[in-house]
Amino acid sequence: MNPLERYAPLVDDREAFFAACERPLPSVVRVNTIKAVVDRVHAGLDDEGIGYETVDWNNELLTFDERGPGTTWPYFHGWLHGQEEVSALPAMILDPQPGERIWDSCAAPGSKTTQLSAMMDDTGVVVGNDNNLGRLSALRHNAERLGVTNLMVTKQDGRNFSLKGFGFDAFDRALVDAPCSCEGTVRKNPTTLEQWTLNHVHSVAAIQKGILSRAIQATKPGGAVVYSTCTFAPEENEAVIDHVLDTEDCEVVAFDCPLDSVPGVTEWEDDTYDSSVTNTHRIYPHHNDTGGFYCAKLRVTQ
Amino acid sequence: MSDGELRANVGQRFGRLPATPADREVAGRVSREEVIDFFDERFGIEPAVFDPFTFWEKGKGKIWIFADTVPSPLRVEGLGMTVLRTRQEHWKPTHSAAQRFGRQADNNVIDLDGEAAAAFVRAENQELEWDGDWGYLIAAHELGGEREPIGVGLYLYGELRSTVPKGNREELSVL
Repeated sequence: MNPLERYAPLVDDREAFFAACERPLPSVVRVNTIKAVVDRVHAGLDDEGIGYETVDWNNELLTFDERGPGTTWPYFHGWLHGQEEVSALPAMILDPQPGERIWDSCAAPGSKTTQLSAMMDDTGVVVGNDNNLGRLSALRHNAERLGVTNLMVTKQDGRNFSLKGFGFDAFDRALVDAPCSCEGTVRKNPTTLEQWTLNHVHSVAAIQKGILSRAIQATKPGGAVVYSTCTFAPEENEAVIDHVLDTEDCEVVAFDCPLDSVPGVTEWEDDTYDSSVTNTHRIYPHHNDTGGFYCAKLRVTQ
Repeated sequence: MSDGELRANVGQRFGRLPATPADREVAGRVSREEVIDFFDERFGIEPAVFDPFTFWEKGKGKIWIFADTVPSPLRVEGLGMTVLRTRQEHWKPTHSAAQRFGRQADNNVIDLDGEAAAAFVRAENQELEWDGDWGYLIAAHELGGEREPIGVGLYLYGELRSTVPKGNREELSVL
């Protein structure tokens, strides 16, 4: 069975949902403001005769008319980074400030990590963690290419992450862009669905709960923690939030989503979730012609 | 501290550069002052450009630049961005450093026209006229109305050798 069928009952327009999942994604890049301002990037792309449009909700995101960004001068200079439109959302919701200490628990390959750095004017510290050496190498390569200097790269299990030796014992904010079942990336990776199993949903949900719990513990009281995935599975989204609301000192914070979205669900199969998960956001591919996504914002309360 | 009392460099961790050669505690480690002087003397990059940053060594002669301050030594996978190699007699700025800080350079910058710039990014060596110093140069071209650094070249005997790293080489259009 196509695992997407499982989520059809959650979707407002079944036909549009399946049709969108079949279409390839538009080619989108983020302007890397560490190396270039938006106007200079426009001028550079114009010099090379490359067609683009600015995404309506964020002038640092550009949609390319034809080819991918990799073989252009602005990309070579590190002015641009290929990043799906919806993937730019979690960093914006986290809203890191210059000089702060931020934890990105599942950082590689680094699109969101380097976006955090740029939003902080490349000051303070972004601790970019991942547990896979190959993926860390991609993170390092991207950070170098984009000229990022405020990134500390660590290789730890996010579930029991240690800040030993850092000279500080809590973060101002944290991003948990968790490993997940990834059906939301089907437009980019059509084979995702072939590898899908319910067992994996349950095992990865346990990992997500562990990493998010650690992120809440490692963030200062009053600090924000953003949780995001690219799956439609409530087990990996609302159920994870519901779990940490029970076990950790935190609460859901409502936020305005710049993309069209629907509220998180409070019921799924035999489970019910805390009513505050309706303040989290589900983004389906047919809403904004993007990948599928889930995003929640929490505040640490103690 | 005399040389006999200096500790050995430990390759798998980051150690902060001493402020000056006199503050050195690890054998062979260059100082912050020497790194900043190098960028000033070789490329005319104002020392004040580096005021917000700290400098670190991981592995012999591999210098990194970090936006903040953390305790030294530190055992992590990465700390900021690679900026300079000091192991050889002639110090070599990294490709990343040339791209990030090269706009502030006004000395030993070689301007390349359309075809030469594209050839440089393909990592081709090319014969070029150059009246300035031999050694490591910052190669630049014009893009979006201003000069933009491309990477590091080595100029010797009338030839500019491109040192663009393998993972960054690309077939780009001739502007």
